[in-house]
Amino acid sequence: MSVNYGSKRIVVGAHYGTRDWLSQRITAALMVIFTALLLAQVIFSKGAIGYDQWAGIFSPQWMKVLTFAVIVAMLQHVWVGMRDIWMDYIKPVGLRLLLQVFTIIWLVACAGWGVQVLWRL
Amino acid sequence: MTEMASTQRPKRPEFRNINAFTDLPSYRLPLAGIVSILHRVSGAIMFVLMPFIIWMFDTSISSDISFDRFKSTFNAGMLGLPGFLWKLVALALIWAFLHHFLAGLRHLWMDSSHEAVSKNFGRQSAAFTLVVSIGLTLVLGAKLFGLY
Repeated sequence: MSVNYGSKRIVVGAHYGTRDWLSQRITAALMVIFTALLLAQVIFSKGAIGYDQWAGIFSPQWMKVLTFAVIVAMLQHVWVGMRDIWMDYIKPVGLRLLLQVFTIIWLVACAGWGVQVLWRL
Repeated sequence: MTEMASTQRPKRPEFRNINAFTDLPSYRLPLAGIVSILHRVSGAIMFVLMPFIIWMFDTSISSDISFDRFKSTFNAGMLGLPGFLWKLVALALIWAFLHHFLAGLRHLWMDSSHEAVSKNFGRQSAAFTLVVSIGLTLVLGAKLFGLY
């Protein structure tokens, strides 16, 4: 990476949001794949879905690993989206910072809970 | 100096900021605009209800006993709230997911195809998104409330 701080810092131009934009698309694509896989397993399971069928979907290691990746992807995806919302509608910087910090705590806490549920299965 | 330049002109309207209550309702949004703002609204709904989503994941998958508790929440109720209210929350999440999913696919399509970035495609794909997301929400909602 070229130097981008001090007197060399680029203060104008494009690419400020490219990484956020791209990561939001890639994480979205992963969640689409996950949705399709989960939906296919629910639709093509035989009979009514009880506890055993439902928990069985998440019991293989590959499904756990994929679900974990989706939870991490969701963290990034929702962070970019909520940050956009705060930046667009909340103008006082103090309040905006507070909401952004809250968003991070909210998301990390939810992700921790989700991973715990996933791996004690 | 001509007479035109010297006379007082009528004051032109000045727009310094948009007031959410007096200005926004008079804006006429095209279909694509409606899909766009609903994409934000649906995303924000899922963000706010995320603990409830994970709670549903937790109770439905952890054990037989918690699975029964999960089901009784939507039938008998929980925390003093009747079951149909929890079903309404679930239905709101179903709509939010469907809309966000379809509007997101529309975004990805428009990001990857120049042909898709046109007034016509924007309007048609927005109409498709609204019809399918609301239609599927109604179908799944009818199932959720036991209409069939």
